[in-house]
Amino acid sequence: MVVVNDNLWTLLEEVKDPEIPVLSVIDLGVVRDIKVDNNKIEVVITPTYSGCPAMNTIESDIRELLENEGFQNIHITTVLSPAWTTDWLTEIGKQKLEKYGIAPPREKSSDKKGLMGEHPLVICPQCKSENTELVSQFGSTACKAHYKCKDCLEPFDYFKCL
Amino acid sequence: MSTKEALFDYVIRQADNCLILGQRLGEWCGHGPVLEQDIAMTNIALDLIGQSRSLYQYAADVEGKGKTEDDLAYLRDVWQFKNLLLVEQPNQDFAYTIARQFYFDNFNFLFYQALTESADEQLKAIAQKSLKEVRYHVKWSSDWILRLGDGTDESHERINRAITDLWSYTGEFFNNNEVDNAMIDAKIGTDLTGLKPKWEQKIGSILEEATLEVPAGEWMQSGGKEGKHSEHLGYILADLQFLQRAYPGAKW
Ligand SMILES: [Zn+2]
Repeated sequence: MVVVNDNLWTLLEEVKDPEIPVLSVIDLGVVRDIKVDNNKIEVVITPTYSGCPAMNTIESDIRELLENEGFQNIHITTVLSPAWTTDWLTEIGKQKLEKYGIAPPREKSSDKKGLMGEHPLVICPQCKSENTELVSQFGSTACKAHYKCKDCLEPFDYFKCL
Repeated sequence: MSTKEALFDYVIRQADNCLILGQRLGEWCGHGPVLEQDIAMTNIALDLIGQSRSLYQYAADVEGKGKTEDDLAYLRDVWQFKNLLLVEQPNQDFAYTIARQFYFDNFNFLFYQALTESADEQLKAIAQKSLKEVRYHVKWSSDWILRLGDGTDESHERINRAITDLWSYTGEFFNNNEVDNAMIDAKIGTDLTGLKPKWEQKIGSILEEATLEVPAGEWMQSGGKEGKHSEHLGYILADLQFLQRAYPGAKW
């Protein structure tokens, strides 16, 4: 077992969010820590939303990847604190989202405007127009809101701030 | 009652609130008035069921009898459920569903907010996580109160009937029982009576904006937190627990 920690973070880039397959669990900020002690490896993960149905798949995908890398003593721990926030999405992750057709979160979660009812400025991922409108705070998955572009008329998902 | 027993009951109560309301909202799946709202209700249901899972897991740990979250959700009977009576009330029409959600979300927000100060680390972590999700629920149900109240004559009449009919189930939010008192003493729980003025102020201002009046009834239902439920819970559990009862230990 000669894999050092930095390599493990790169390795786990291979595990994707099953619902948004362009994003890795590293881009998402779901992997909080990786600890290696002799033959034991522990990966600490945190759910995006409490009810995120992707967590079970993510856990088994991480396990399978590590098994294929030769690890035997694999522990995957789920923690709730500190609570996941969209601030942990990496810049690369945000770019990948936009390219994929999902508008990335615009605000910091410390800026509660979106939560307090003021809508953030959401840019259409198709035509880059700022002339967009919220259809519903709840979209195709727990982490997304549903928007519509008033210029190109396409509907799109917005990865909402949490 | 030991602190451990009280903690178990306290965590179970909130887990049951989330599970039962989640199950009720899930009944709308495929039946929502429009697609976006069907999705909204099932998303909220998913958040609540997710919260119930964290709480059940923790309750099972606290109890220390080797049970799992599934044992607690699927293998307890009506009298062992400690949820508030409000959350088990039937969906009826969209207005009733919104009224139930509006009352509960505003309470749930204040309750989780109070638990973010809990001396119990796990409960605090669950509350911090859940609070972020509940903000969106409050926004959704409040927006619908405004739209229905300040909408057409028919929507106004129907939401008015719903908020009035469900009013008597809101008193139970703010009663401290033996379990609450033990949790307050242990600095784990919160004094529910202290949440009441904030809740009244919040719902009062939204109802006013929605051209509705705060219902005047003073007689309040109670019993859910002690396991005394309305007839509805048995039917919910019959549906929810059928598979594990008929095929014990069945797995995906
Ligand atoms: Zn556009």
